[in-house]
Amino acid sequence: MAHPKRRTSNQRRDKRRTHYKAVAPTLSSCSNCGAPTLYHRVCGECGFYRGKQAIQKEVAL
Amino acid sequence: MRHGKKFNHLGRQAPHRKAMLANMACSLIEHKRVNTTVAKAKALKKFVEPIITKSKTDSTHSRRTCFRYLRSKEAVTELFREVSVKVADRPGGYTRILKTGFRQGDNAEMCFIELVDYNENMLKDAKTKTSTRKRRGGGKKAAAPAAEVTEADTKAEVVEEAPVVEEPKAEKPAEAKKEEAAPEAKAEEKKEAPKKDDSKEEEKGE
Repeated sequence: MAHPKRRTSNQRRDKRRTHYKAVAPTLSSCSNCGAPTLYHRVCGECGFYRGKQAIQKEVAL
Repeated sequence: MRHGKKFNHLGRQAPHRKAMLANMACSLIEHKRVNTTVAKAKALKKFVEPIITKSKTDSTHSRRTCFRYLRSKEAVTELFREVSVKVADRPGGYTRILKTGFRQGDNAEMCFIELVDYNENMLKDAKTKTSTRKRRGGGKKAAAPAAEVTEADTKAEVVEEAPVVEEPKAEKPAEAKKEEAAPEAKAEEKKEAPKKDDSKEEEKGE
């Protein structure tokens, strides 16, 4: 079986990792309350989804 | 070989998985709505929908067949007495999955799975139990203050769409007041009008 001849140096490893980046999620705003929401998810603030009350949310006091 | 055998094992052996799905199906039939992970909800959907279809023919044989999956007398009774009547004229698609976000701890994607025909009842029940709701609580009572809110919103942010459901009620008083105000307000309303119509049509389409 083939084996690596050399240990990967710190530099080579770190250079490889320069392309690892966090991606920001695509957000839309809730049609009811305007809070930022993920697509295809129920609004976390008011519980609306596709213009309807999907989930009852308590008012945070 | 497992070529083409695509279904989610959910990290369990067959008996464990069957037992879990049976328990979840019983909970769904009893409570009409269950909060779970998306993977389990999708597995449950495939498990429970054939059983609900089976329950449309009320015979001893179909009851026994359903009992074999559910393993709960109460659930089978509820299924044949209540649920099967409700879904009688629905050609499949009895459940709905609503994704709600990600769980603290393992970041699993969570969702509600619910029986489609019970959604309206659940919202009403919840309203009667707890009267503290964020918006749009009980129609007539909410209409008057909501009209004020929407008016304020339209003045502040013209481009943003107003809440969808209350529009017909809310718009009439708002228009009456605005006609007295500057002519600019009328123009703004005209711009808004087609957008609102679109949103209504979408609602009907659903």
